[in-house]
Amino acid sequence: MDKMPKWADVILTPLISLFLAMAISALVILAIGESPWLALNTMVEGALGSSYGWGFTLYYTTNFVFTGLAVAVAYHASLFNIGGEGQAAMGGLGVALVLLYLPLPHWSIALPVAMIGAALFGAAWALIPAWLQAKRGSHIVITTIMFNFIAAATLNYVLVNILRPPGSMDPSSARFPEATHLPALTDMAAAIGIDWGRNTPVNISFFVAIAACLLVWLLIWRSRLGYEIRALGRSEPAAIYAGIKPVRIILVTMLISGGLAGMMAINNVMGEAERLLLNAVEGAGFIGIAVALMGRNHPVGVFLAALLFGFLYQGGGELALWTSIPRELIIVIQALVILFTGALDNMVRMPLERLFLSLRQRGDS
Amino acid sequence: MTLMKSLLAGSALATLAAGAALADPALIYDLGGKFDKSFNEAAYTGAVRWVEETGGSYKELEMQSEAQREQALRRLAETGANPIVMTGFAFGDVLNTVAPDYPDTKFAIIDTIVDQPNVQSVVFTEAEGSYLAGVMAATASKTGTVGFVGGMDVPLIHRFECGYAQGFKAVRPDGNVLVNYIGTTAAAWNDPVKGGELAKAQKAQGADVIYAAAGGSGIGVLQAAADEGILSVGVDSNQNHLHPGQVLTSMVKRVDNAVFDAFSAGADLETGVKLMNLAAAGVAVAIDDNNKALVTPEMQAAIDEAAAKITAGQIKIVDQKSGNSCAAQ
Repeated sequence: MDKMPKWADVILTPLISLFLAMAISALVILAIGESPWLALNTMVEGALGSSYGWGFTLYYTTNFVFTGLAVAVAYHASLFNIGGEGQAAMGGLGVALVLLYLPLPHWSIALPVAMIGAALFGAAWALIPAWLQAKRGSHIVITTIMFNFIAAATLNYVLVNILRPPGSMDPSSARFPEATHLPALTDMAAAIGIDWGRNTPVNISFFVAIAACLLVWLLIWRSRLGYEIRALGRSEPAAIYAGIKPVRIILVTMLISGGLAGMMAINNVMGEAERLLLNAVEGAGFIGIAVALMGRNHPVGVFLAALLFGFLYQGGGELALWTSIPRELIIVIQALVILFTGALDNMVRMPLERLFLSLRQRGDS
Repeated sequence: MTLMKSLLAGSALATLAAGAALADPALIYDLGGKFDKSFNEAAYTGAVRWVEETGGSYKELEMQSEAQREQALRRLAETGANPIVMTGFAFGDVLNTVAPDYPDTKFAIIDTIVDQPNVQSVVFTEAEGSYLAGVMAATASKTGTVGFVGGMDVPLIHRFECGYAQGFKAVRPDGNVLVNYIGTTAAAWNDPVKGGELAKAQKAQGADVIYAAAGGSGIGVLQAAADEGILSVGVDSNQNHLHPGQVLTSMVKRVDNAVFDAFSAGADLETGVKLMNLAAAGVAVAIDDNNKALVTPEMQAAIDEAAAKITAGQIKIVDQKSGNSCAAQ
């Protein structure tokens, strides 16, 4: 009876945290002599005010859903996978190799093949840290973050020395064949006669991301493997006593996690850039950690948190592009949101719990 | 019907007038940001000089993410900015698709070639300037070993490295060039601590002149070289003043001139490839009061001779444009 209702836990707490973060951001903007109201207006208008803004917001959301799910799945087994950045970069390499070297006649064939390529490369990149954790006890936080750097160096080598078209200064691969380009949502809307979000990068992988949310929910809460993952995450001795093999579960969980992070590449590499860039991931792997924390490692929460960060990314971008607020301040705003929703969660939660408790006691008496 | 027509004509006129009034030039900085102490900042300097001399105004944007490139270009073109100047090769692919949609807008891109009728491609011959820096380093070196610290391990920086090595080997064929790169991520452009460590490591291996082509990380190289009592070579903008008497020279790349010229030309910007080479003063080795004492008459003679030969085409510098390896090493 000492708990607050579920709706307060999952909706009210993040909203209050968000409001606090916004309030402090407003003070910071005020301190540098700009108008917080104008800033908020620019962000909301730029990210949600038009189909154009939505096109970008949903594009970023798709990235964060994949990396957020990757962190969430691993988290259920008490594994803190902070290597999403490297796994997504490797997923990009998988997508690029598949699309550049396999003759794929149509996007509907190219998409599943690229998804397999992305997931395989991302999973392979998570396999070694997972094996080291399972067999040798090397802490997965350390190994996955080190693998981010190895991934960056590998990608750099491959792009500069192998995939770069001759004569190009840009360390990026050639463009993927025309036939493999994914339909953007704007094309799909145009097909049914709606003019929506022209020149925006959101594409069909947005729906793949939603499907991934559903599949992760089924996996974690409706499958035997998911039960084993959660059991191991709660208590390793109890899991062993129940006949669960930790080595197997750690390996499988991290493979799924790495595969999900790698799948982000169908959005940013295949859907948006249509070639492999050195800087393709752009920190989405790290944003995924914040997304999973804020979403309480539940697919629905992850999706909503990804949407919020998509809004912050696009709105922040608009803010930096079209106002005189320096772009460093955008990072401050994003950091405040992460700080309040992730790290300082209990600051809001505990007073709120006490409030609900006192209300209930008054109701009882 | 007539009313409709005149309304349409009126609005078209209004758009035209607005377009003419808003025809300010625009400048887009790459992900490194406006104040990167190097490449983007040089572009900013050029824009500021244009504002001071003409009293005009310009628009500027800083990129936040890769997906924004196209968005920024289209939005600026639609607001009527002309010409639109962008720094960095990373815009090349996007500009190639955007430029044909805005045939009346002129674009200028720095550091890569985009083959479109309304684009000016500004390319610098970094290898030529670096060759001269190599000649100077070879003349100044007592140990016969010099160093090169690059920022990110990308083709553009390989051109600095290769030109430097060729200039050095032309004077001292038996000498040794040590090469290190800061890193493989964008963070490599802003890691002065690692730059300093690499400079110290190269000093330990006998290098007594170190060339830093590493953006913000180069500050650390120059600092470490000054602390160790050896010489360094700056890059992009004139960095001789950072440690007077201890920076041999700076290989300046006049990005500011490219931006200034593009802004001054306005809508009449000449399209095609604009080569900023030694002859066009696009690249140079900076000699000023801070390093005059270091440049001996023999060194000056060697620089002049090499520069004349490069301009006359007598020295062919291998430019690593096609990704082939550097012949000098």
